[in-house]
Amino acid sequence: MLDFLLEPLSFGFIRNSMIMIILLGILCSVTGSFLIVQKMGFLGEVIAHAVLPGLAIAFYIGIDIFLGAFISGMLSSLIIAWIQSQSRVKVDVAMSLVFSGFFALGILLITLLKSRIDLHSFLFGDILGVTSYDLWRTFFITISVIIFVKLFYPHLLFYTFNPLGAQAIGLPVAWINLGLVSAITLTIIASMQAVGVVLVVSLLVGPSISAYLLVKELHQMMFLGGLLGGISGVIGIYISYYWNVPSGASIVLVVTILFLLSFLFSPSEGILTRPQVLSQPHKLIKFLVKK
Amino acid sequence: MLEVQQVAVNYRGIVAVENISFCLNAGQIVGIIGPNGAGKSSLIKSILGLIPLERGKITFRHRALSKQLDQVAYIPQRAQIDWDYPITVYGVVMMARIRHRALFRSVSRQSKELVENALQRVGIWDLRDRQIGLLSGGQQQRVFLAQALAQEAELFLFDEPFSGVDKKTEKMIFNVLDELKKEGKILLVVGHELKETSREYDRFLLINKKLIANGSRAEVITPENLQKAYGDNVILLANN
Repeated sequence: MLDFLLEPLSFGFIRNSMIMIILLGILCSVTGSFLIVQKMGFLGEVIAHAVLPGLAIAFYIGIDIFLGAFISGMLSSLIIAWIQSQSRVKVDVAMSLVFSGFFALGILLITLLKSRIDLHSFLFGDILGVTSYDLWRTFFITISVIIFVKLFYPHLLFYTFNPLGAQAIGLPVAWINLGLVSAITLTIIASMQAVGVVLVVSLLVGPSISAYLLVKELHQMMFLGGLLGGISGVIGIYISYYWNVPSGASIVLVVTILFLLSFLFSPSEGILTRPQVLSQPHKLIKFLVKK
Repeated sequence: MLEVQQVAVNYRGIVAVENISFCLNAGQIVGIIGPNGAGKSSLIKSILGLIPLERGKITFRHRALSKQLDQVAYIPQRAQIDWDYPITVYGVVMMARIRHRALFRSVSRQSKELVENALQRVGIWDLRDRQIGLLSGGQQQRVFLAQALAQEAELFLFDEPFSGVDKKTEKMIFNVLDELKKEGKILLVVGHELKETSREYDRFLLINKKLIANGSRAEVITPENLQKAYGDNVILLANN
């Protein structure tokens, strides 16, 4: 058993990917929890795809592609907020349009600029390919985001719970929102390489939403979500190693299974275990038989 | 004293409030009434600085209110809040102390005492560790009342506090309003039904884009005024 667990760790690239996924588990849980409580889970998807034009342009003019991705991702969420504030267009539609528009622009640019960006690895990621430079960058992003959240936690809590109230009491809501969106964009850019943009949302909201069903306060959701995210990542990498399957997909499947477990068995809210069900088991049986 | 002077507000290019002026004195409970779409919430939002004024100014103790927003406690409509948010009753009430909390510092003892007092005063101290979604409608309204009390504001703005609350909570809210009135606070309550024109209020503002009437219950609730505000299709029930 011990050999089973230790064998993969003898490879440097597996060790790197394990450290990477644990960092990302923590980072994604902290920012993803804010997305969840704002009912903005889809924004993660939007930003993840909207980084593509920035990536292509940065690659073409030869600057750090992560800077290009960051600018492009930030721009997409600012445009969404602007459309929303200036018209009757609702946020879900604004997000869908910006999402597809940016992504299309990205694909166009990659073709026009004859960029050598590998669309496949952009979409699906490759955590086994992380370098120590990538690790340091993710470490730095994680630490900065945690410090930001720790410092302004009461403000972020107030703003995400009751934005009008936060504005009414005189908090600088525009700055709080900008900080939050920056943190989310940084998180996505850091995670992109590991699981790719298609699966990044899973890491961003999956572990935190599993935690949401188990706890009652936001900070507990972040701690437990970070733990679940790290565990999912590590299990996913083992699966990928032993079954020789893509790591991104394995990680996301573990995240999804943990959510199902929490959904079914959470002591307070689980479909099968909530107090109402346990006190009246005949109702559950009836329900299952009917199905 | 809160002075609203010739305030006009546009909302997405449509006139929501035009040329409204009034004064609110300390120690009064004032009700704002008017039909749906009369600009009640636009007026409230402009007082709170949530939407910009097209014209006019709003001052409190002769200084712009927008420069002293921590003096205003806002009790939102219950429907405006996401009650599934992962937070406890205590957490919501503690938010009121945010302007008194320095970076890197934990919550002061004074803040903790104020929050405890506020929770005791509205009778939900025992529920402090409960997630807010597990409360009844009346209890949920009390959470925001406690939050307003813990803020130690001078001006209280209630947005439809009586919608969907039980009789017991309604009575409790009026008790607290009465106490605040005796402490010399300014209390502004937005209602959307005429049945809320109860005797607990000292004054009413009847609006429909403009200020139609401003004064005591007897002065404001007259057939002519109501017709001006609500149009011909208002049905006047027994004049209690």
